[in-house]
Amino acid sequence: MSPRAACRLATLGFEQVYDYMPSKVDWMARGLPLAGEKAGAPRAIDLARRDVVTCALADRVGALRERVAQSPFGFAFVLTEGGVLLGRLRKAALEDDPDTRAEEVMEPGPSTTRPDTAPDKLLAKLRNADLTTAVLTDPEGVLLGHVRRADLEQALA
Amino acid sequence: MSYTQVLYPQLRGLLDEGAQLVEVLPAEEYAELHLPGAVNIPLKALDASTAAGLDRSKAVVVYCWDGL
Repeated sequence: MSPRAACRLATLGFEQVYDYMPSKVDWMARGLPLAGEKAGAPRAIDLARRDVVTCALADRVGALRERVAQSPFGFAFVLTEGGVLLGRLRKAALEDDPDTRAEEVMEPGPSTTRPDTAPDKLLAKLRNADLTTAVLTDPEGVLLGHVRRADLEQALA
Repeated sequence: MSYTQVLYPQLRGLLDEGAQLVEVLPAEEYAELHLPGAVNIPLKALDASTAAGLDRSKAVVVYCWDGL
């Protein structure tokens, strides 16, 4: 619809016309604010934790071990400079030779969830798969945070 | 092409520069959920009269549900 609307505006003499082609679903998939009657509906992004340890591919596990030990979560995410999620490092992987690079022991390509997922649906998914965490990314794969199953259960209790 | 297709990064820049955002879905869908600051001109009603409220000196960005 939006391409046709853009064309129509151009025929009406508008000269600065743009079509946000990915449209509303793209905006929602980024966890961005919304307006309207249903804007207050809960989303996974509302429960996201953002204080997880992150690192680069070349970071050494020796340095990461201490940081993860001090964080509330038992893992770290491996990101590009631009924040794109590449992998996850669990505690066991951090027990390796301290000079080992994150890239060598990370779990590549963790499964991710859209930030606008309804919390009750996400909880059901985590329970069915017996998982404790859901990782949220935007359409470009940039890490937005993660949601703990415990937080979902508490919010939905 | 008489208009320019943009992705989110460009949209962000346009909005920061004061672009007008227009949702072209039906009114009921707009009422449920829309991008903050967007006005609603359903595609079926888009003509010179309904577009008259838009500022021609500023960029106009249209969007729908998924671009189709």
